[in-house]
Amino acid sequence: MSGPSTYEPKTGFTRWMDARLPIIRLGYDSFVDFPTPRNLNYWWTFGGILAIFLVIQIISGVVLAMHYIPHESMAFDSLERIRRDVKFGWLIQSMHANGASFFFVAVYIHMFRGLYYGSYKAPREILWILGVVIYLLMMATGFMGYVLPWGQMSYWGAVVITNLIGALPFIGDAIREWLWGGFSVGQATLSRFFSLHYLLPFVIAAVVALHLWALHVPGNGNPVGIEVKTKKDTLPFHPFYTVKDGFAIVVYLIIFATFVFFLPNALGHTDNFIEANPLSTPSHIVPEWYYLPFYAILRAITFDIGPIDAKLGGVTAMFGAILILFVLPWLDTSKVRSMRFRPVTRVFFILFLLACLGLGWCGANNPDDLVFTMGHNAEGVATGLKFVWFAQFLTFYYFAYFLIVLPVMGLIEKPLDRPVSIEAAVLGTAKA
Amino acid sequence: MKMTRIFVAALAALGLSGIAWASTAGQREAEHFHWHNAGPFGTFDREAVQRGLQIYQEVCSSCHSLDLIHFRNLGEAGGPFESAEFPNANDNAIVMQIAAGYMIEDGPDDAGDMFERPGVPSDAFPSPFANPQQARGSNGGALPPDLSLIIKARHHGQDYVHSLLLGFNEEVPADVHVAPGKHYNPYFPGGVIAMAPPLFEGSVTYADGTEATMEQMSEDIVTFLTWASDPHMEARKQMGVMVLLYLFIFAILVYIAYRQIWAKVKH
Repeated sequence: MSGPSTYEPKTGFTRWMDARLPIIRLGYDSFVDFPTPRNLNYWWTFGGILAIFLVIQIISGVVLAMHYIPHESMAFDSLERIRRDVKFGWLIQSMHANGASFFFVAVYIHMFRGLYYGSYKAPREILWILGVVIYLLMMATGFMGYVLPWGQMSYWGAVVITNLIGALPFIGDAIREWLWGGFSVGQATLSRFFSLHYLLPFVIAAVVALHLWALHVPGNGNPVGIEVKTKKDTLPFHPFYTVKDGFAIVVYLIIFATFVFFLPNALGHTDNFIEANPLSTPSHIVPEWYYLPFYAILRAITFDIGPIDAKLGGVTAMFGAILILFVLPWLDTSKVRSMRFRPVTRVFFILFLLACLGLGWCGANNPDDLVFTMGHNAEGVATGLKFVWFAQFLTFYYFAYFLIVLPVMGLIEKPLDRPVSIEAAVLGTAKA
Repeated sequence: MKMTRIFVAALAALGLSGIAWASTAGQREAEHFHWHNAGPFGTFDREAVQRGLQIYQEVCSSCHSLDLIHFRNLGEAGGPFESAEFPNANDNAIVMQIAAGYMIEDGPDDAGDMFERPGVPSDAFPSPFANPQQARGSNGGALPPDLSLIIKARHHGQDYVHSLLLGFNEEVPADVHVAPGKHYNPYFPGGVIAMAPPLFEGSVTYADGTEATMEQMSEDIVTFLTWASDPHMEARKQMGVMVLLYLFIFAILVYIAYRQIWAKVKH
């Protein structure tokens, strides 16, 4: 991968292996001698962090599945049994639930790093697309996993999200019934969500393998966005990046452990400690925090667009917000990868990041509540900027960033001078 | 560690954004109190949990179930009657005595009949009502919630339940309509609650001689319910301290290794 293999089997066993299944060679070339740009910063450590969290989630999940009962009338109590009576069940359950949040924090940082440093540009389009596939699979897995505790928010979150599918014209109702396994969210839904929640992480692991394969052909990008030219531009992955990634992983685990042990329920919702009750709708249904920006986009479309009614429009916008990432490599027309050398687009990027956080904030709030008040109307009711208007504005910017800013700026922006090579950038020698 | 700081700030912002809470007329947010179990080193005040158990038994249990709690839990690690003498909570004399004070329906026996027998530590606290319909029927249509998870199932659960218990007997605002059989309580969502004021000065006579003031009783029952909703809290925090200590030392060692390995290369 990325150049001829430098592996030389030294013992009799490794020579025997190498002639039959060169898996040690593969490991050596991929994770030991792999030539890695010498200028990677800490934003590049999140790939390793994500790998660790996939493993944490799978191991803790397999143990939880041994004790969990996917039944309408038993699921909630089985979760409590895990927390109360299973040895260290409280720990494994907390790791799994908080692990999902930390998995998403890491994947969002990883994706924004890719957006900032142009990691999706040629020759890494497939690498980026596989990443978006992993993200979609994570969304599906996380959603189905959140349903399993069968609390109020689990149940009503499932009702809201599956009902979105029903908005699709002609086929929506049929797909929704097929997903539910009936005419409402119930036992059949819980059973299949449990089955799929167990299956998808292994699909993710398989796509991660492809993601790594696609990474190891062109090699890593880097903060200056100049391709590796000579051996002087790179360092072997081990020990340089194993130790740097290792340090980042331990720091991330410190924050993770703080939540697991001291704030185990801070990222969850209190309503999920009430057993699911199809007859009692919570006053305020919100999904897990990692879906909030998309939830805000969904609710931002409150108007019909021609033949498309508001509901279908919202669903289209929500899925479009993710699917647009698939074509991102062809939307960005700039030849310059790193935002470091794109002074104007860089500002748009920071605004995009803020827009995503703002959408998350809108998603957590009632659309009709006010972001801030500006006086009162004749009846004495406070008026001001409603969350839904703010969300509409941010949704517009979200799409404009991909559909207007990136295509146009690539054509009109004059990038800054870039160093001739990574080596030159690191040593600070003359710029070209 | 600029990156870490940004990350922590982002996490905090995300956490806070989920807590937004609309308030309407006649309603108030829970007051803030200090709890013995708060903070990374907070533990349960055992005596408060024991007094809280007495309140549950003598007051709350006439309407509220506590389905997830078994008598043995009282004697397990972190529980109010934890004892080095009885590593197996099922042998704990106090726990056995408390359990024996309840009659538990068991069966069917060899003749196919259900029968009653005194409780044993492995039994759960019996519910006051046979089913939710009976519970509603006896409470003017309102269902008294199970209390096993009540602290975790409400925003700022401890402060909320404490505020609620002390929030009766306030003057009803003009715009709040209280139907017969209902009660005004500004801390309850909507401001009108079906539960009658459960506590009065001296509702119970504490076995340990503590004066049974409203604040004392409310604090004790909340402490008991906090334990009930999170019985492994102490073990969790103790392990957390050790894990964090380990990770901090590990991080320092890895950082030293990182500096050493990278010392000779420009990057």
